[in-house]
Amino acid sequence: MNNDIILETEDLTKEFAGFVAVSGVSLKVARGTIHALIGPNGAGKTTCFNLLTKFLAPTKGRIRYKGRDITALAPADVARLGLVRSFQISAVFPHMTVLENVRIALQRQRGTSFDFWRSSKTLDQYNERALALIADVGLSSFVEWQAVELPYGRKRALEIATTLALDPEMMLLDEPMAGMGHEDIDRIAALIKRVAADRTVLMVEHNLSVVENLCDTITVLTRGRVLAEGNYETVSNNPEVREAYMGTGHA
Amino acid sequence: MEQVAEAPLRAAAPARTRSETIAFLIMAAILIIAPFFTYPLFLMQVMCFALFACAFNLLIGYVGLLSFGHALYFGWASYVCAHAAKVWGLTPELAIIAGTLTAAGLGLIAGLLAIRRQGIYFAMITLALAQMMYFFALQAKFTGGEDGIQGVPRGKLFGVFDLGHTMTMYVVVLVIFLGCFLLIHRIINSPFGEVLKAIRENEARAISLGYKTDRYKLMAFVLSATLAGTAGATKAIVLQIASLTDVNWPMSGEVVLMTLVGGLGTIFGPVIGAFVILTMQYKLAPVGEWVLVIQGVIFVACVLLFRRGIVGELARIFKIKL
Repeated sequence: MNNDIILETEDLTKEFAGFVAVSGVSLKVARGTIHALIGPNGAGKTTCFNLLTKFLAPTKGRIRYKGRDITALAPADVARLGLVRSFQISAVFPHMTVLENVRIALQRQRGTSFDFWRSSKTLDQYNERALALIADVGLSSFVEWQAVELPYGRKRALEIATTLALDPEMMLLDEPMAGMGHEDIDRIAALIKRVAADRTVLMVEHNLSVVENLCDTITVLTRGRVLAEGNYETVSNNPEVREAYMGTGHA
Repeated sequence: MEQVAEAPLRAAAPARTRSETIAFLIMAAILIIAPFFTYPLFLMQVMCFALFACAFNLLIGYVGLLSFGHALYFGWASYVCAHAAKVWGLTPELAIIAGTLTAAGLGLIAGLLAIRRQGIYFAMITLALAQMMYFFALQAKFTGGEDGIQGVPRGKLFGVFDLGHTMTMYVVVLVIFLGCFLLIHRIINSPFGEVLKAIRENEARAISLGYKTDRYKLMAFVLSATLAGTAGATKAIVLQIASLTDVNWPMSGEVVLMTLVGGLGTIFGPVIGAFVILTMQYKLAPVGEWVLVIQGVIFVACVLLFRRGIVGELARIFKIKL
């Protein structure tokens, strides 16, 4: 049973100067699923997320990834274990091209990143793989564009391509569809579904309706606590959840 | 689809670097011809400071770290080089290497202490360490205190070429300068440089991709300190003196000014900046202390009017990379 749980937290708590942002959250993410962490503004979703990727240190509690305690690891080490995150504000390298963005992720694993005496032309060896990843997220016609010039939805697609370049076992996406129009939401949702075929995805989302057709399991947070957990049916019919959202869940 | 995407990829790369190649050839040509028209000693000094500024620029322009204590590496390399040449009797190339290695060691220590800090705290720590070593230089015996180390012999390169001849010395300085300049260019355009760029653009993202960014920053810091050391050591041989001026904080400020005037984050900017500032100091020498006031005005004008610096503005106007 435990083998099916890829990421697990136990009594995870984070306090900021007396304010409890995340309180006793025990979360189990099953391998190979798309798991959503939802909740209204200020529910502690992003804090929780930062705790999982070690960008914040928890006040209390444990985090286990593939059975290994990662509570004390540095963020870069967590990424090296195959647990890779995205950011709420789209995380691209703005003044690098789409191709360079993806290559940065590819180059890390090959261990030549300290070679200051080599020409950056040696990075061309990653072009083939990078172009394949870029094509995969539908950005082939933007290869030479600077990331900063891309429209918002395309930036998120680039971010996902960069994350996929690390071939992570588990991806954590922080509001991947925030601030997008319907068209972009559908495209990114389809993309997430596709990449989740052989990996686990944990995503933070503000809006319940977005995750309806996408996620296998939904955990609802309010005021730092887990309010409800289950599939979309269970969660959306929970009266407490309806109250917490005050109708926005079905907007 | 992919073929369409690949076509501009191949075409774009050479066009972007061609302007740099041409500019480099022009710079090399000017430096080869120039000693026949103006004072070689002045030009050698310009090249030493240009290298110092280029090394400094590697850190601020390409990693975004403002070190306010680069005089530490420049000055101490100069002391060790002067001491090695004068007291130990080493040949000039070995003396310069000794100075360079000293700067590398000091850079590693200072870097380890400072690299985890950001912004103003980073600048303050580098400044504090540099001042600490300044007072050490003031008190230590071998540095000669207020007098400095004077009468440093230029010696014979590899024990063969007498650097007492100005033109021989000039060729050596030219080779060191151009070699280090190309090395810096390579560092910026290497797999390592690519990571530095990513860190400057978005450090949190670089970390989330598994990069231990502190190590890359430390590496850049040590490389920058080392090359600043080469500049300082070479200067000690050229001017045959190592003094407190080179290790004191105004020197750290001067290199900031040179880089800013020339253009932060441009490869040629620090060279132009060093040339402009030194020419000014030389031409304005008769007005004495007013040089500092004029420098201050230029500094303010730079920050207010042309933030990209001379080369940065040129690159923008002509839409080329320099």
